[in-house]
Amino acid sequence: MQMSGAQMVCEAIIAEGVKTVFGYPGGAIMHVYDEIYKQNGFEHILNRHEQAAVHAADGYARATGEVGVAMVTSGPGFTNAVTGLATAYMDSTPMVVISGQVPLSLIGTDGFQEIDAVGISRPCTKHNFLVRSLEELPRILKEAFYIARSGRPGPVLVDIPKDITVEIGTFTYPDTVNIPSYKPTYKGNKRQIEKAVEAIKTAKKPLLYIGGGVVLSNAYKLVRELSEKTQIPAVETLMARGVMGADNPLLLGMLGMHGNYASNMAMSETDLVISLGARFDDRVTGKLSEFAKYADIIHVDIDAANIGKLVDVDYPIVGDITQVLKQMEPLLDDVNPERYNAWREILKRYSELHPQSYIDSDEVIKPQWAIERIGELVGKEAIITSDVGQHQMWAAQHYPFDRPRQWINSGGLGTMGFGFPAAIGVKRAFPEKRVINITGDGSILMNMQELVTAAEYKIPVINVILNNHFLGMVRQWQTFFYEKRYSETDLTFQPNWKALAEACGGIGYDVETKEEFDAALKDAIEQDKVCFMNVSTNRFENVLPMVPAGGALFNMMLPSKIETDGEEK
Amino acid sequence: MANSTTDERRVISVIVMNESSVLARVTALFAGRGYNIESLTVAPIPNSDMSHITIQTKGNARVMEQITKQLHKLIPVYKVIEHEEMVEKEMVLIKFPIAENLSDIQALCGAYNGGIANVGKEMVIAQVADEPRRIKHFIEAAQRYNPCEIVRSGVVAIER
Repeated sequence: MQMSGAQMVCEAIIAEGVKTVFGYPGGAIMHVYDEIYKQNGFEHILNRHEQAAVHAADGYARATGEVGVAMVTSGPGFTNAVTGLATAYMDSTPMVVISGQVPLSLIGTDGFQEIDAVGISRPCTKHNFLVRSLEELPRILKEAFYIARSGRPGPVLVDIPKDITVEIGTFTYPDTVNIPSYKPTYKGNKRQIEKAVEAIKTAKKPLLYIGGGVVLSNAYKLVRELSEKTQIPAVETLMARGVMGADNPLLLGMLGMHGNYASNMAMSETDLVISLGARFDDRVTGKLSEFAKYADIIHVDIDAANIGKLVDVDYPIVGDITQVLKQMEPLLDDVNPERYNAWREILKRYSELHPQSYIDSDEVIKPQWAIERIGELVGKEAIITSDVGQHQMWAAQHYPFDRPRQWINSGGLGTMGFGFPAAIGVKRAFPEKRVINITGDGSILMNMQELVTAAEYKIPVINVILNNHFLGMVRQWQTFFYEKRYSETDLTFQPNWKALAEACGGIGYDVETKEEFDAALKDAIEQDKVCFMNVSTNRFENVLPMVPAGGALFNMMLPSKIETDGEEK
Repeated sequence: MANSTTDERRVISVIVMNESSVLARVTALFAGRGYNIESLTVAPIPNSDMSHITIQTKGNARVMEQITKQLHKLIPVYKVIEHEEMVEKEMVLIKFPIAENLSDIQALCGAYNGGIANVGKEMVIAQVADEPRRIKHFIEAAQRYNPCEIVRSGVVAIER
């Protein structure tokens, strides 16, 4: 069929089953936007900043597991999208970003709004394409979607010069993809799996170390079954919250810099780490030479480059978690769960010794209380996004996550400003679900223009701003490690949050007491409009436990060792 | 374990799809991680749509494993060969002033399986293709004839 390059882009998006595209038009991408205007195969959401558009597509992808699509123009449109690409890349989100580029004849001439998009995005995309002729456009689009979702997922950029979008040619969307140099490994090596199972059988203190790969592979049921069958306890990374389910007796909690006592001690004392889709990030391991010092390591990962990158691995298994666990399952029949009784007993005592806790207050709202309260009021139904900082860690520690894809945050890159636009993407994918962005007074301002987007499209995202008038996480480090020199972290000067939300077409709430908190959340749910809940919390609360950067996991700063409020009131 | 932490000279071959920007992807990977490329050669593989990149680098076993895996992760990379038992050759062209003793230079080249490639009005150009170690020796020996320009090709290697 004869059509323009711009039309081909739209046809490919429709053929891939994408229902929502997030983006922002501009000169070089105008032909494509003209075709978007004419079609009705998908909807387009106009975010108010390209970064937000990419985060929204990212949130959409993380919540659904499908490829998210964002569209931006050349030059500044693209450079604004880079943070979004990098965020998605670090957390392996399947995404296709389509950017306009100056016409082929102008490339390399410093044309208006020209920038080398493939050059800039090379280190923060799984792959990228500069389309150089109309003939290759359909194949490239097909490959982009395939690469984004297959193997270890990731964002793919397709940079399309303007003249190609206007040119007319034949469109046949390929059914299949054949890239001889790209064949992801899904099935695990049988022999290695057998060896790993033998190691499980002879271990005394095995531990499941669950990472975001389990979420990406949709393998949480298999992981729960594995744990249930063998009675091996589990720890989750930040990206894996929800895999085991908050009520699971075998879940110790989150490990790492802000992991709980039992999880970090379990990792320090285990004799066999069973790593499933985790990548031994420095925020998880602390000091590497002390990490799981007495353990053999089974490492299952679809990305071979993750295996042996930071720690020596005894049982490397390259493959998709789902496939590997299915292969492993029948071999586990003669694992004796009672073998690990003593180990579970030790861990149980660790959990009792220092449970995840905080000291609540009658006078002021504690951020942890607010998060637990959200959990009580909306709980299992809600999907929670977050920005980056203290509120993110408290949410990860205290929210009762029940299933994967319920917790959406920027873990790898740590992008402030991610939560709100991501929540917009999530809410668009699941309009019937309650979507709450837990954020801070620092992060929310980094993409606050999305109030307008959410108001215009009636996307009722609830933003709970845990407001301590600080860049709290940096302030916490300054308290602990910089002798309380609060360099540029005091956010006492603030907008009128209520008025700000209202000025953009949303609702605002100023919350000072627990009663007001309940009332505001209830009202926000009933009003079904985008809102800012400005929740005043105590200023000097710290995220604990904390392993100082570069320290060993077992050297935690625990709540009992710190004054109630960390600092003078 | 001893040589897992010591830096050693390594030669790797990377077989890639012959498409635009593939070389940039490979070199950017080295640059972004602070790995060094000591020499680099690229040419299409005859009768195929692939190219052969030969990279000479330095690193310990763990770094090399990461380099190989990261290279393999690039979408257009088809195969990565970490050479162990290989035949490797490098070429060098050296320009000497015509005033130098031609027969001496001829004899020197002969000792390294090379010869005079070109003689002009003012310059004589010698060529040698040999193992990188021998090329190094040849360049050292050539110093006494006042070379005015030396161009090395970088290593090509093939596994035995």
